[in-house]
Amino acid sequence: MIRHSINRTLLKKATIYFALVAIAAVLIIPLLWMLSASLKGNEEIFTIPPTWIPKEIHWENYAEVFNRMPFLAYLRNTTFITVLTIVGTVFSSSLVAYSFACLRWPGRDKIFIFVIATMMLPLHVIMIPLFVIFKELHWLNTYKPLIVPAFLGGGAFNIFLLRQFFLTIPRELFDAARIDGLSEWHIYWKIAMPLARPALITVAILTFMFTWNDFLGPLIYLSDQAKNTLALGLALFVGQHQTEWGILMAASIIMMIPMVAIFFFFQRYFIKGFAMSGMKG
Amino acid sequence: MSLYYSLCQYDVLRIPQYIGLENYRELLFEDPYFGISIWNTLVYTILRVPLAIGGSLILAILANQAVRGIKFFRTVYFLPSIITGVVLSVIWMWMFNPQIGLVNTALGWIGLPGPLWLQSTAWSKPGIALMSLWGVGGARMIVFIAALQGIPSSLYESVEIDGGGWWARFWHVTVPMLSPVIFLWSVLEIIFSFQVFTEAYVMTKGGPLDSTLFYNLYLYFKAFDDYEMGYASAMAWILLVITLAVTLLQFKLGKHWVHYTGGAPE
Repeated sequence: MIRHSINRTLLKKATIYFALVAIAAVLIIPLLWMLSASLKGNEEIFTIPPTWIPKEIHWENYAEVFNRMPFLAYLRNTTFITVLTIVGTVFSSSLVAYSFACLRWPGRDKIFIFVIATMMLPLHVIMIPLFVIFKELHWLNTYKPLIVPAFLGGGAFNIFLLRQFFLTIPRELFDAARIDGLSEWHIYWKIAMPLARPALITVAILTFMFTWNDFLGPLIYLSDQAKNTLALGLALFVGQHQTEWGILMAASIIMMIPMVAIFFFFQRYFIKGFAMSGMKG
Repeated sequence: MSLYYSLCQYDVLRIPQYIGLENYRELLFEDPYFGISIWNTLVYTILRVPLAIGGSLILAILANQAVRGIKFFRTVYFLPSIITGVVLSVIWMWMFNPQIGLVNTALGWIGLPGPLWLQSTAWSKPGIALMSLWGVGGARMIVFIAALQGIPSSLYESVEIDGGGWWARFWHVTVPMLSPVIFLWSVLEIIFSFQVFTEAYVMTKGGPLDSTLFYNLYLYFKAFDDYEMGYASAMAWILLVITLAVTLLQFKLGKHWVHYTGGAPE
């Protein structure tokens, strides 16, 4: 009887492991396949049946990425936009969130609900008015439409997330600081911000992911090819050289490296942020 | 501002000309692509939402088993989720390549003929839906795991005492207890599906034969290729109204199947 039930648990464990490994394989194989393709020459890519490990390693696919398109310029542009957007978003959304969470002013909660309601509005509804505004400001084909909005509030979702975090900080801490005569600015910067570090990291990671991969924004606002971002450049390359899979895969891998790196360094924050925001449309 | 533009003829160069409801009339009664794009988006939504919710629920249940090394598996399952947008599209254009892509190669191993995927009018939408499952499954899985861990084990034990098997545990405990989360994410998934854009823009440009001309792709073409800003604004407003209506309907229907413990919604 006991042996019987041990066998059953073993069988159950084995089934679970089998399913776990099978699904892991299905999910991971596209990535390995991509890595393998990025190192193959063009003849080998079209070989049937396909090979998993390239017979000849073609590192030059990676070098070709830099020759075929102004990849370094795209990388520089994307980094520039992403860094400034992160700085702007973290700074302005935390400031707004602090005001909503820790200060008292008339109409505060009504305005907060209004801010939250803007999350409901699909991007495509505000896209055209924004385009017209940026055109009137003569900002088209500059990075300003992509960066400046981050400094003006930094997005409703981020404000919401940080406000919720600030609300968990005990009131007494702020009151004590106020009695000690610290300015609000000081309290925000020296007390609230350091305590909110985990939430700030989450916001920074989400902003990074969004900006690094953003396609629609650059597509609409940038017209000069030299100003392209990586996402835009890659899409353009797909349109022109559909069959050069080796180079395309190499370029995709280079573009993925920062995301993978951040994922492994900040796994916990990363997963939490992603699960909450559902940012992948 | 957007609402006003939707009542105008506006090409960005000249000032907007007020034309009343003309854009809406043309959209609803004359423009064949409007209907096509709505149909495409609808089919895509119907394919994608159950796939994404069901798929990630299965992932979550599997990744919630108390076995050694489960953390490793969770990380692996989450990994595809860090790939988004253009890179995701590029990888899957390659996966779906009818001759050399991995999907059809794998189907060949088990003796199935592979469809033309993105080059076929019948398979382009299922293809993109399948890709989105790979892309979002891991992220949704995390949400479902958190919810699964909130289910008290006493509920499962009482099912076992009553002699229920794994199906009874799943159907009578897991599903009702997860229903608020399933509900929330089906609302969000529908909204996301309505807004599908980048994948179609990069992979198919709306083809073949307009089979992936999704609503937002058409809107983009109208606004930024044809510079018919007024017309596109009208489209945006129609989408907003449809989205709101569907969401409200879901909340209405949700009352019948969503089970809130303690009576109050979270």
